[in-house]
Amino acid sequence: MSLTQADVRRIARLARLQVNDTEVAEVEQKLNGILGLIEQLQAIDTEGVEPMSHARDVALRLREDVATETNRRAAFQAVAPAVEDGLYLVPKVIE
Amino acid sequence: MQWEVVIGLEIHTQLSTQSKIFSASSTTFGNEPNTQASAVDIALPGVLPVMNRAAVEKAIQFGLAIGAKINRKSIFARKNYFYPDLPKGYQISQFEVPVVEGGQVTIRVGDQDKVINLTRAHLEEDAGKSVHAVHGMSGIDLNRAGTPLLEIVSEPEMRSAAEAIAYAKAMHSLVTWIGICDGNMQEGSFRCDVNVSVRPLGQKEFGTRREIKNLNSFKFMEQAIKYEVQWQIEQIEDGHKIQQATVLFDTESGQTRMMRSKEDAHDYRYFPDPDLPPLVIDEAWIERVRSELPELPEAMQARFQSQYGIPAYDAATLTSSKAMASYYEATVAAGADAKLASNWIMGEISATLNREERDIADSPVAADALALLIRRVMDGTINNKTAKDVLKKMWEAGDSADAIIERDGLKQESDTGAIEAIIDEVLAANAAMVEEYKSGKEKAFNALVGQCMKASKGKANPAQVNEVLKRKLD
Repeated sequence: MSLTQADVRRIARLARLQVNDTEVAEVEQKLNGILGLIEQLQAIDTEGVEPMSHARDVALRLREDVATETNRRAAFQAVAPAVEDGLYLVPKVIE
Repeated sequence: MQWEVVIGLEIHTQLSTQSKIFSASSTTFGNEPNTQASAVDIALPGVLPVMNRAAVEKAIQFGLAIGAKINRKSIFARKNYFYPDLPKGYQISQFEVPVVEGGQVTIRVGDQDKVINLTRAHLEEDAGKSVHAVHGMSGIDLNRAGTPLLEIVSEPEMRSAAEAIAYAKAMHSLVTWIGICDGNMQEGSFRCDVNVSVRPLGQKEFGTRREIKNLNSFKFMEQAIKYEVQWQIEQIEDGHKIQQATVLFDTESGQTRMMRSKEDAHDYRYFPDPDLPPLVIDEAWIERVRSELPELPEAMQARFQSQYGIPAYDAATLTSSKAMASYYEATVAAGADAKLASNWIMGEISATLNREERDIADSPVAADALALLIRRVMDGTINNKTAKDVLKKMWEAGDSADAIIERDGLKQESDTGAIEAIIDEVLAANAAMVEEYKSGKEKAFNALVGQCMKASKGKANPAQVNEVLKRKLD
């Protein structure tokens, strides 16, 4: 599998990454290099091996259902670019 | 052409936990904006999610209640998209291996039962809310961000709006019954996305579907589906193709309108979340949850039919909520006849509660008070019609049935001598009606009974009036 420049532009847009026209070719080449390595991995016979979803073989730790957090709005909002009436303000969202 | 409607539902149920799914913030609804949004919820750099045990337990409860498979190992994944109410830039959800797979629920439309299969149910976090525009900007409240959700996905097996509503109601009843969700639709605790497509009757392949997002009332759901089905059929009949799209239902206009089309549909680029190792659920946990599950609506319905000898319709209605079922059982336990109790609860009690928009749990007439009233009908102290008036007074004043009967002198007249005297008076005063009856007009008899009841101020025992009147006339 290899990516085209159109794929690169699309992936960049989905990830909100700015990749300008001069960079597209270079990114395409690098990404295809990585995909080449993955292709080598995929050639290995993994019949009967359970797919791995996490690098460490541990189970998820669970906490008890207790609400212990306190209200720290003032501290968090002190560094926000714009707030009003306790709300974070962002450029208008259209739906 | 005959069209067939195909509907599948995705229901987001907020799990009723104290704290959020991955942080120790409170989940209380309606507090001041952003006062329940911790460093984890607003996604400050370096924070890590820690899973809430109660959210997992509620997912297990749900899975067992619908007879589904509980995956012993399930995986959390990142669903990537950008929106201001999602500060991390991804939602933690489950993708390839959800916690619950399969299962089914029986719905009833008219007098037909139908089994609807479920695809899966997975755990995920809720997003925040875009509140309103301030100076041309949007306000973001992250109090809801991180509230635990169980997303319940059905197979596309519903074939009408009525079936879709019946399914949604069955799910609503189930999640509130087992206590994993408060079911409050106004507050968004139970939100439905409905996938709708149409195809010519008999065609095997599904048509292209459109998804109606975020319906939070059964009434709007029904309106939205009906509008959407009609719209799709008209489009196809006019020679257009349906484009896959996400639409919103506008409650003002009663129409659906496009939110986004497939071209800019989200490509979520799911991948396993490296912050969260697999969720492992052991046998002992599942067995403990199983042993603690309450009796489920379907089982209780079957028991009501056999134990109390009431019809299937009654049993289904009385088990539509846990509160109603326990009210019914308490009424019967306090000595009311099982069928009479059913009639009163489905009739007068439900009608009055509906009119006053109250829940049966807050009924001003408690189950034992209703039972006493029914016993007074059973032992002949009052007749059915008087009992309805007594119930009204019980409802308003909170007095017992006996106190009202005594105070207002409503005791039924069963003294044959007194009834005969009333009947003689009525017969003397209504000679014309008597003639009509004797000439063969059966209706005149009922009119005479009515006159007697009126003369007794409703207190005469109607069965006795019938009997004596018949004896005197024939």
